[in-house]
Amino acid sequence: MSDHFLQMNNITKRFPGVLALSNVSFNLRRGEVHALLGENGAGKSTLMKILSGVYRPDEGEIIFEGNKVKFDSPLDAQKLGITIIHQEFNLFPDLTVEENIYIGREFCKNNRWRLDVPAQRASVKEILAKLNLKIKPETRVSDLTVAQQQMVEIAKAISVNAKVLVMDEPTAALTESEIDSLFRVTRLLKEQGTGVVYISHRLEELALIADRATVMRDGQYIDTVDYETVQISDLITKMVGRKLGDIYPRRPPFTADKKVLEVKNLQRKGVLHDINFSLHQGEVLGLSGLMGAGRTELARALFGADPIDSGEIWLNGELTKIGDVHQAIEKGIGYLTEDRKKEGLALGLSVELNIMLGNFPEYSDKFGIVKEKQCEETSQKLVNALRIKTPHLQQAALNLSGGNQQKIIIARWVCKDTDILIFDEPTRGIDVGAKLEIYELMNRLVAKGKSIIMISSELPEILGMCDRILVMRSGHIAGELNQANASQESIMKYATLED
Amino acid sequence: MTDSLTPTNQPVKTRRLNKALLMRLAPLFSLVLLVIFFSFSSPFFFNTENIMTIALQTSVIGIMAIGVTYVIITSGIDLSLGSVVAFSGVVVGLCASYSMPLIVCVVAGMLAGGLCGCINGFLVTRATIPPFIATLGLMMSVRGINMVMTDGRAIYFSDYPMFKMLAQGRLFDVLPYPVFYLLIIALVAAWILKKTVIGRYVYAVGSNEVAAHLSGIKVQRVKIFVYAFCGLLTGIAGVILASRLNSGQPTVGVGYELEAIAAVVIGGTSLMGGVGTIGGTIIGAFIMSVLKNGLNLMGVSQFWQMVAMGIVVIAAVYLDTLRKKMR
Repeated sequence: MSDHFLQMNNITKRFPGVLALSNVSFNLRRGEVHALLGENGAGKSTLMKILSGVYRPDEGEIIFEGNKVKFDSPLDAQKLGITIIHQEFNLFPDLTVEENIYIGREFCKNNRWRLDVPAQRASVKEILAKLNLKIKPETRVSDLTVAQQQMVEIAKAISVNAKVLVMDEPTAALTESEIDSLFRVTRLLKEQGTGVVYISHRLEELALIADRATVMRDGQYIDTVDYETVQISDLITKMVGRKLGDIYPRRPPFTADKKVLEVKNLQRKGVLHDINFSLHQGEVLGLSGLMGAGRTELARALFGADPIDSGEIWLNGELTKIGDVHQAIEKGIGYLTEDRKKEGLALGLSVELNIMLGNFPEYSDKFGIVKEKQCEETSQKLVNALRIKTPHLQQAALNLSGGNQQKIIIARWVCKDTDILIFDEPTRGIDVGAKLEIYELMNRLVAKGKSIIMISSELPEILGMCDRILVMRSGHIAGELNQANASQESIMKYATLED
Repeated sequence: MTDSLTPTNQPVKTRRLNKALLMRLAPLFSLVLLVIFFSFSSPFFFNTENIMTIALQTSVIGIMAIGVTYVIITSGIDLSLGSVVAFSGVVVGLCASYSMPLIVCVVAGMLAGGLCGCINGFLVTRATIPPFIATLGLMMSVRGINMVMTDGRAIYFSDYPMFKMLAQGRLFDVLPYPVFYLLIIALVAAWILKKTVIGRYVYAVGSNEVAAHLSGIKVQRVKIFVYAFCGLLTGIAGVILASRLNSGQPTVGVGYELEAIAAVVIGGTSLMGGVGTIGGTIIGAFIMSVLKNGLNLMGVSQFWQMVAMGIVVIAAVYLDTLRKKMR
């Protein structure tokens, strides 16, 4: 194993209530590009966070260049030359390229407090030249394209003499030609002996750059393969190959007779292209795809939160214009946001106010005076019906668990008696018991004749809950599947492969 | 399960709750302590006449502070109050100089404040200028307009003997009218905040604007309302001030906005938004004027009084951060 200059052996990591990594091993050679594959939530990010010192493993060891190492902080990992480039860049948009590369490690005269601008500038130029980049050191980062910003991140990694570079979904936001230049730089790094860990969902693209691939699933190590010899279909099977658990509560099959929503040629420049689909009464329609495929963007467009450039939205057979959120709500569309803390709840305020948020017009008289008693009764009724666990209605929402917070927002739309509900990642970050309750709630809603569009990155959940599934990729609907022909493989195929 | 209530942690919870309650009552305790302290330090402090004087001195800033409490709960700020308070006095004076009926002068003065508030609201919502900048701009411009309209001179109400009675008279010969106005306005403002839809929206917008928008609240309207409301109250304060001075003074009110904001902050309203009460603001305003009055009676110089005020504001905000840490 001498050619493995980095080994992670039998890593286990537990979070409260979750086994995030179970006995995972991973190794990296000098000068190779090693792809790390797996569904969302497979544990890739957790593994890389352990490698870069963000988390500490509960069990297992990391051996780097022959020595056993322990990282107490990202800085420790960085000192040894292990750098990670996150999906969201850690750059300061208002500072220049040069300042960004050496932020916190500025060149100083006599190592004291006066900046040595010429020396730093020279060093930056050298790095940029090494990467063959035509970026001026004095350019502000906000003036750069996304791809260029990524290059700055890479330059930053090189400036600390990175021996291991982890790239998390580096091509997610890049155009074709930008990807080319990223690959060029990656190959350059390879030649210089850097080990690159490359996290991506784009299997075909990986064939151009990856030497080996390690597949993870549900926090477990599955296999490591040579990319040259492997079949992509095998990779997909390895990524998803698991039987559905029976945790999804059954509901009677729905009968498609009444279309409540029909979307025709919906378009939003650069974001959504030619979206066509329909939603039936009592249906749970899944919206699958990888992160960044445009699912949330589609939800926001339907909800009037983002403008659309063209296309038609028909509600109950009537052409409807949805110009803003208020119109959408008026027409009976509700949106459970992806990020409940940032976009869903007024965290510091009470459970009652959060449930009633947006419902006050119906619970007040014509002078705008709140009917407090009715508010309280309705909130209490919903708290009971949805089994929201809270000591009392005046409890601040932030003191509740994630699952209960999610139920508060559902209660808000239930209170409004909304007909079409868009659930964006409704079970993200909540425990299994609470997930089940959310599923049951969804079943109860559709049984009452409501219709649900469910966005989820968890394939089993989509398969277990939805009557039909739309798979999105780069802003368009790549495929539609029904219960008969939907499988994790077929979804992943639509989500990752070009037509 | 991570659900918040398991029997084991319940006692901890109640203890924390009590501590939180204690913190919330801190401004009231401070006020009581101050009153007790000054009562012992000066023989002239604790009597009806002096208490009424303190209340009278609190009324103008207090009314403005109530208005800006609304703004601050939505996590906004209004720096234009000091200029607007003078503006409304000047408008009353101008109307008077055209010999309009007294009632018209008074209403015009109040609406002048409301108009300034509306402008703030539109700048913040439609033009999406940060509240700090928008209201700073208005603070400067309105001060200039005051000067332009009056040539920098005060306008006296010699033809309106009744006008000064608005502020200088006393209800039942005891309670100065401005204190009465402050009371009424405080009650109404607290009622709006607690009992009406718009009141709930004010908290919701301040707590999480995005969530409020996505749940169908017309956030922009709420914001325009709070700035307009704040302006209107400032207009009322301006009329009272003009009546007390018996003149429209273009230069009056410099720095009042900061005193009002200080009162709000001392009263436990968070500049981050979503948290705050009118009661707290009133207590905050009284803490400041009790401090001023008491130190005066003790013969402490004006300059040291300013130092004391600053310390009180900082201490109050420090309490606020402590309170947040406890959550």
